[in-house]
Amino acid sequence: MKFTEEHEWLRVEDDLVVVGITGHAAEQLGDVVFVDLPDEGTVVSKDDEVVVIESVKAASDILAPLDGEIVEVNSALTDTPSMVNDDPLGEAWFFKMKVEDLSALDDMMDEAAYKAFIG
Amino acid sequence: MSELKRTALYDLHVEMGARMVPFAGYEMPVQYALGVMKEHLHCRAAAGLFDVSHMGQVIVRPLSGDLADAARGVERMVPVDVLGLKQGRQRYAMFTDTAGGILDDLMVANRGDHLFLVVNAACKAADIAHLRASLSDSCEVTEVADRALLALQGPAAETVLEAIAPGVAAMRFMDVVTLDGPFGALWISRSGYTGEDGFEVSVPGDRALDFARALLAEAAVQPIGLGARDSLRLEAGLCLYGNDIDTTTTPVEAALSWAIQKARRTDGARAGGFPGADRILRELDAGPARLRVGLLPQTRAPMREGTRLFAAQEGGAPIGAVTSGAFGPSVGVPISMGYVPVDLAAEGTKLWGEVRGKRLPVDVAALPFRPSTYKR
Repeated sequence: MKFTEEHEWLRVEDDLVVVGITGHAAEQLGDVVFVDLPDEGTVVSKDDEVVVIESVKAASDILAPLDGEIVEVNSALTDTPSMVNDDPLGEAWFFKMKVEDLSALDDMMDEAAYKAFIG
Repeated sequence: MSELKRTALYDLHVEMGARMVPFAGYEMPVQYALGVMKEHLHCRAAAGLFDVSHMGQVIVRPLSGDLADAARGVERMVPVDVLGLKQGRQRYAMFTDTAGGILDDLMVANRGDHLFLVVNAACKAADIAHLRASLSDSCEVTEVADRALLALQGPAAETVLEAIAPGVAAMRFMDVVTLDGPFGALWISRSGYTGEDGFEVSVPGDRALDFARALLAEAAVQPIGLGARDSLRLEAGLCLYGNDIDTTTTPVEAALSWAIQKARRTDGARAGGFPGADRILRELDAGPARLRVGLLPQTRAPMREGTRLFAAQEGGAPIGAVTSGAFGPSVGVPISMGYVPVDLAAEGTKLWGEVRGKRLPVDVAALPFRPSTYKR
């Protein structure tokens, strides 16, 4: 699993990149009450706002971590947004992306580096 | 920027795992370990303890010794019947300006030889200056700075407080009493800002920590932060000064006409005589141009403060805006309040709210979103 400075995690599964947010991010957001997911098939560039998460406190964006195409979204989050708080690293993935070059993940933080990053 | 102030319970908040944030010049707990959602639900299920010591506590004492003089003085500042407020009773009021706007909303209690006012933290310096300027000929205005203010709210509040301050169970909504006991003289009102039955207790500052600990020792009581305080008051349809009401809104537009008693209205015994009376009485008689209403978004996306409202899905100028909006933990859906033209204010009117560039359906709804449980 790899991590970004935007507190996202990325995991490669069947040549697709699965994206979610970290437990640290979920805790900072507070109780999540709404998740607005992109349409499957959306082509995105790195740092595009692709998902909106509304918590009891505020709305936050999730940015695309890489260039690519959104090929699948986790529609279970629409009905049960609290999954983001309950299982951020597992059940509560947001979307799967097809990317040109998986080697882009190599430069990202591993778990130890992310832990150091959040202090 | 000036130093943030701390309440008497600051160390206790930190000890209980609060996340402290700047709020109206104070470091206040926005949430504790439970988090906003669980704190909200706990308050509705059992009892929640709120530190509201940042709010202003003010004594208005008549120089003549006759409380009616203080009441008449305050009546020149609010469109509310203060003279008719009986001893041991409290009522909601608002300071108005000459344009009919709201300078602050407050509680006024008749405590026998003085009036006791509780005002918003962010407005308290201005309110006290306004009171002194308006009442210098008739009253002494004193800020009560050596007392903390705690609120205990929820269905278990009565049982919990009765064990510590015997006598409170006999109080009705908006009653005020003084009870002496191990925590000094407690100035108690049966009121709050959650829609729940409950109490607000002014306690000597040096006894506040012990008093709070005694309440928190009860299993029914959890500390509640500003986050859940906001969602609780929103479900109860109560206004937040600075969001839902301010100097650009009149009490009538804000759907607070219920707080303007007959005595102060056209043809009343003491009609008018408060700032902005021309406009406020005209709006009471002929109706305002716009009204604060409840709004129920028809999707799961919350419509927050500032969301622009439209009469149609496409085209047209905004007809109003959301002034407060969030997810309502007890009602399980997003809820908002905002201002709309009177002809679009009827319950069930279909409107559209613009969220991130998309117009989403929203219905005008009755307030409160959740029935209040006051002990009347």
